[in-house]
Amino acid sequence: MPIEAVNDFVIRFANVNGSGSASANLLFARSILRMGVPIAPRNIFPSNIQGLPTWYEVRVSEKGWLGARGGAEMLIAMNPATFAQDIAALAPGGYLFYDSTRPLPLAMTRGDIAVLGMPLTEICAKQYAEPRQRQLYRNMVYVGALAALLDIEFGVLVTLIEERFKGKDKLIEANERALKLGYEEAKDRFACPLGIRIRRSEAVGDRILVEGNYASALGALYGGATVCAWYPITPSTSVVEAFERLAGRYRIDAATGAKNVAIVQAEDEIAAIGMVVGAGWNGARAFTATSGPGVSLMQEFFGLAYFAEVPVVLVDVQRGGPSTGMPTRTQQSDLLLCAWASHGDTKHVLLIPDGPNEAFTFTAAAFDLAERLQTPVFVMLDLDIGMNSHLAQPFAWDEERRYDRGKVLSSKQLEEIVGFGRYNDVDGDGVPYRTLPGAHPTLGAYFTRGTSRDRYARYTEDPAPYVDNMERLALKFETARKLVPAPVMKKAAAPATVGVVYYGSTSAAMDEALAILADTGAPADGLRIRAYPLSPEVTAFVHAHERVFIVEQNRDAQMRTLMTTDLGLDPGRLSAILHFGGAPITARFIADSVLERLNPAVPQPLEAVS
Amino acid sequence: MTFQGKPKFRHPSIPTNALGFTRRDYEGSMSTLCAGCGHDSITSAIMHACFELAVPPHRVAKLSGIGCSSKTPTYMLGQSHGFNSVHGRMPSVLTGAYLANRELTYLGVSGDGDTASIGLGQFCHVMRRGVRMVYIVENNGVYGLTKGQFSATADRGSKSKKGARAADDPIDLAALAIQLGATFVARSFSGDKGQLVPLIKAAFQHRGAAFIDVISPCVTFNNHEGSTKSYDYVREHNIAVSALDFITGREPIEVDYAEGAAQAVTMHDGSTIHLRKLDAEHNFSDRAEALTLLERCRDTGEIPTGLLYLDEAVEELHDTLGTTARPLNVLTEAELCPGPRALEAINRSLR
Repeated sequence: MPIEAVNDFVIRFANVNGSGSASANLLFARSILRMGVPIAPRNIFPSNIQGLPTWYEVRVSEKGWLGARGGAEMLIAMNPATFAQDIAALAPGGYLFYDSTRPLPLAMTRGDIAVLGMPLTEICAKQYAEPRQRQLYRNMVYVGALAALLDIEFGVLVTLIEERFKGKDKLIEANERALKLGYEEAKDRFACPLGIRIRRSEAVGDRILVEGNYASALGALYGGATVCAWYPITPSTSVVEAFERLAGRYRIDAATGAKNVAIVQAEDEIAAIGMVVGAGWNGARAFTATSGPGVSLMQEFFGLAYFAEVPVVLVDVQRGGPSTGMPTRTQQSDLLLCAWASHGDTKHVLLIPDGPNEAFTFTAAAFDLAERLQTPVFVMLDLDIGMNSHLAQPFAWDEERRYDRGKVLSSKQLEEIVGFGRYNDVDGDGVPYRTLPGAHPTLGAYFTRGTSRDRYARYTEDPAPYVDNMERLALKFETARKLVPAPVMKKAAAPATVGVVYYGSTSAAMDEALAILADTGAPADGLRIRAYPLSPEVTAFVHAHERVFIVEQNRDAQMRTLMTTDLGLDPGRLSAILHFGGAPITARFIADSVLERLNPAVPQPLEAVS
Repeated sequence: MTFQGKPKFRHPSIPTNALGFTRRDYEGSMSTLCAGCGHDSITSAIMHACFELAVPPHRVAKLSGIGCSSKTPTYMLGQSHGFNSVHGRMPSVLTGAYLANRELTYLGVSGDGDTASIGLGQFCHVMRRGVRMVYIVENNGVYGLTKGQFSATADRGSKSKKGARAADDPIDLAALAIQLGATFVARSFSGDKGQLVPLIKAAFQHRGAAFIDVISPCVTFNNHEGSTKSYDYVREHNIAVSALDFITGREPIEVDYAEGAAQAVTMHDGSTIHLRKLDAEHNFSDRAEALTLLERCRDTGEIPTGLLYLDEAVEELHDTLGTTARPLNVLTEAELCPGPRALEAINRSLR
């Protein structure tokens, strides 16, 4: 029986890398969004540039479940190389749409799916002379066909095309023609719509569809970053590319045409962070974006910035590690690398957004925190948040908001105070006052160094001033604890003895998992950690629940380690549910793992692992 | 140690510069380097140059990496902010500082280990980018703080204090700088204050990447027979200098001579080093000619000093980037934050 589903299914596109499918697929996804139906699109792409398989998946969910789900009800099979595996993964009763210019090998069909063939290549060969046009418009033809098959309003597609190519009438006309071709052809060939379809809804509200990396770049723009030094690395590259585009629009001085920003592509990650440290020391808001391997290279500089007390902002878009690992797959496996970056006793501030909205606010906030605390601040994205479009709350900015530039002494203040000491804890919060180079002709100059020094920045190897300094840095970390975003509690409707701790991109799947657990009669409260140092609320949450699970996308339960060391929690009380294969975690995996642990058929090992 | 703690007392007739500062105003804390170290002479030359140029001390930012040479920024310009960063990475830190505030004068001090080994990559790229700075390498061919290992500028075949032979070809930092786009490149000798001070002054005046490779003999670890950075190298007859700890009580070496002559200069311990002034005919605006000169002298064992290459038609980093003339670190919300209305438009474009 063909599947019947309205506004609740997954459609999967199997494409060839570099064939121009991405923009067509995004157009398809946005047309559903414009009909008011929530979607969660995801790219699944191997680490290469052209000619190899790539997949795009759109989860349609009226209920608004935006995590990855797994499986697919419909397949758009545009890549013969992966036909067999793609078709095998289709749900029974699902729909296969393929380019029937060449016949589908018999061995690849299945009896339990509906097969919809349309000769896309042939249609385009008739319509277009240029090979590249044939390839590009072939994508638009299938989007047009899908509109007919899934009951997507054709007018919505037209509007999106008109918006996208505003002022380029030729392109609008050509794209509309291709869409129309597919739409009419599908109406002729098939009984439209299919059993799965889109119905107009109001479930999207004012939410936006945006990638986390773009959101983070926008946060850097709004947060006042003026220096960006970087080295390209997947999956963080698009952070800086987006920042550069945004700066090109919003950071040009109207009178002179000069740029109110400096963006430098460095020779490697070490130079990139070195420039950020130099700029931060000299009073500019500076950041870099990288991924795990880059953070590994930058370690020494994080020790310097921590010890010499220089504001630094780093966006880490985490990918599969260790080593080169899986550059195009997602993980949350850089927590310890960043939290304890560099040799010696170091502890760094991490901000952990759950999606684009927080990627924006946390990146902007990171600049305030870095200057307030005079220390590196890490914004921990991951590939799933960063490189996929997510339905997110719209960005907001308070007109009255002013940057917190921290404790920087002006020339006038220097003249008023007596006995400036760069590392004097005047306020008792562990955060000293600093001066910027060139501020005053005779007052406030000091020597910044990674070696031990006294409160007046004078070199010393004496134990007492060294210990004094290290203890002040620890006190500063306690100040940070009060300033970073608090965890967010998601209480079950019914009283719950089970608690689930999670963070970052797990959030989307967790919303759904908590609903599944509630429906299954095993209600659980959720606590989403948003920063390190950890809040005392985490301790309270753990103590308030009989069973506590920590859900992470890494092998070693890195957040559990942080909870243990930072809060003194008993690791035996924290049962880790770990998903680290590189695909985003799913609600089903979380719910099943929790249920198995709660009701073990046989004695269970400590960890569930996928 | 080249100077002792001095009283703050000033004689009324002590010379002042255009800003009314005395030389003492350009001093830093007391040097902790070995007595007679060439680096202290360079520190002194930098202070001298800044005094004569009447640079406001607080408008200089001095940056360094790690090593004996990288310690020296503490010993000069006490009213300037300094940053002793990490090994081999001063160029990137200086670049970032320069991006943040283009109005200050940037002085980078490094050594041959810091620049030619661990930091060679950053050295190359900072020159390529045309960062406006004075980059001085205090070049002694040896690691001092770790006691005498070869650096990458040690000549092939030269001998370490412990007797090992340098097996690899040396890196010529001046040649590299010329090739990579530095627009002011010079080589000098720590003992030749008469030459060095004007070079430093000229470098401070340069509007792009200025590099000075200053040969600065290590009196403790590279002053023995078989070392090409030692005074004995150029000596005609051998005097064993096995005991290398007799380093106290010497004065910094200074030489003075006319343009055009190559001469064997007798150092304070009686050793000699070949110094060849560039002849007045040398075309220092020609990159190829400068490189040819360096290659030729490499064969003869001579050390050409003075200005090697100069290009005044500079496109420095801020020109390339098209940055505003104001320092980036003084910009405020008004210039930086597009505000809520622009954000609303962005939201609309994402629906």
